[in-house]
Amino acid sequence: MSKIKYILGLFDDPDQMMHGIDKLQENKIGIYDVYTPMPIHGIEDKLGVKRSRLGIVAFICGITGTFTAFSLMYYTMVYDWPMNVGGKPNFAIPNFIPITFELTVLFCALGMVAAFFFRNHLFPGRAPRVMELRATTDRFVIAIDANAIADSTQVDNLLKEAGAVEIKHNERKYVSYE
Amino acid sequence: MGAHHHSYNFSEQFSFSGKAKSLSLIGIVIGVLAIAYGFVTGATERTFLNLLLMSYYFACVCAAGLFFCAVQFVAQAGWSTSLLRVPQAFSKVLPFASIILVIVVTAGLFSHNLYNSWNHHGEGGGAHHFSPSKEFYLSPAFFLLRLVVFLAAYSFFGWFLSKLSVNEDIHGGLKSYEKSIKYSTIFLVIFGFTTPIWAFDTIMSLEAHWFSTMFGWYNFAAMWVSGMAAISIVVILLKKAGHMPWIRDSHIHNLGLFVFAFSIFWTYIWFAQFLLIYYANMPEETVYFYKRWEGFYLPLFWLNLIINFMSPVLILMSRDAKRKVNVLLGVSILLICGHWLDYYMMIMPGTIGENAGFGIIEIGVFLGFAGLFTFSVLSSLSKAPLAPKNHPFMEESLNHQI
Repeated sequence: MSKIKYILGLFDDPDQMMHGIDKLQENKIGIYDVYTPMPIHGIEDKLGVKRSRLGIVAFICGITGTFTAFSLMYYTMVYDWPMNVGGKPNFAIPNFIPITFELTVLFCALGMVAAFFFRNHLFPGRAPRVMELRATTDRFVIAIDANAIADSTQVDNLLKEAGAVEIKHNERKYVSYE
Repeated sequence: MGAHHHSYNFSEQFSFSGKAKSLSLIGIVIGVLAIAYGFVTGATERTFLNLLLMSYYFACVCAAGLFFCAVQFVAQAGWSTSLLRVPQAFSKVLPFASIILVIVVTAGLFSHNLYNSWNHHGEGGGAHHFSPSKEFYLSPAFFLLRLVVFLAAYSFFGWFLSKLSVNEDIHGGLKSYEKSIKYSTIFLVIFGFTTPIWAFDTIMSLEAHWFSTMFGWYNFAAMWVSGMAAISIVVILLKKAGHMPWIRDSHIHNLGLFVFAFSIFWTYIWFAQFLLIYYANMPEETVYFYKRWEGFYLPLFWLNLIINFMSPVLILMSRDAKRKVNVLLGVSILLICGHWLDYYMMIMPGTIGENAGFGIIEIGVFLGFAGLFTFSVLSSLSKAPLAPKNHPFMEESLNHQI
């Protein structure tokens, strides 16, 4: 086998790219991923991308915030140092609700940011890893894992037929911004 | 992406006949019988309060339809264009609903079965002690003037925006659309400043000694949720009857988002009002919740939160649930009932208190107004095609996908 790791088909038109995906799928060629400069409706369904699990992360972070807020307030206001505020009971649940809500939202938001950085390998001081720089400006890119296919010329032809303006055979998975 | 190839018949008109028509007429008959029953058995005040509840609810849902149209124009939203005729039908009914509300309020006011916390007219005079400005504000003439002026203004915009939309069908072009944006903006400014006052007058002044600045927004939130639920119900039922084939799960999803989001908004406002009063703990304010916290009303107090907050949160949270027509239909019907209870909890405890109940009058008047709403909205819906075919965002709406 050659040293080619990934075949990239670069399109300048999203419709042609979608057509290219159809073509590849008709020929049972697995697509590694697709990179586009803008969101494209219906592409997840077409590629069979699984439902994001971000909701689960959000729920876990949020519920952590809920318990943190509630237990902190319970400890300080009810257990450790009870105070008489306006003659109300020390454990006045309605008073606890706003802060519980705010901390739920805060933990959830920060947790989602952390999950985003973690998932995209965006850490401070690290150069972002991308497969094709122009995918963030004006190119719609289909990436195919070269090791998973038998014949790379067939892929090239299919991409060309669909209207790819450029086809790249990359020996490295990522180029970086450095 | 790519253009969605469609062959829909946008000139299709809804014909109001058959089961929908007979059911709505049966509803109206039941309503009239229930009102007659209420007056004959001597429950005059209770009947009046139920009439007030439902006529206010009716006007609110129609106003919410108009508000929805206006928001879509000002936001230049595209997704809703293909279902815009439904809220437009609501807004066309607004003049009619306004007249009913004004009649009920006027009749109730001068027969002293409504607003007797401030309108004594000499009998037992001096029972209330308001400041001179409040005395003036709550004089019957000024009170009715405000109600009539506000409702007339809303009705004008309701009539005018749907007229512009019909002109667009005939002449095409962007002129009607641009004019709609302009008039929607004016309407939103007027509506934003006057709905709280509308709510203060019509509902809050039933207990004239108590006041809450959150009350206006609280009523607005209730209006918006129930309006969105009503729009969802009508759209879904029309779709089920084979009309509007262009409405797909993405449109249903967007309606579900509105119903879900503004149920949370309603809860937020409800709780903001509750927490301020709970925290400040001033007797003249807490009396409002004290009345709602005992006997007959305590279970309803909780039921209100369960239906209007817990059920949308638990049922409509997930994406899939919002996209399922039957789930959204069920939640919307639940919320329509839930906001009836919400208005019931605003109106009854401070007026007839212990003597309130749930029986023939409540159910009958509700069914009567449900029938009236169905009848008037569906007949105004049948006057125009089901899609504004020349609207500039029609294509975007047909291709809407989220």
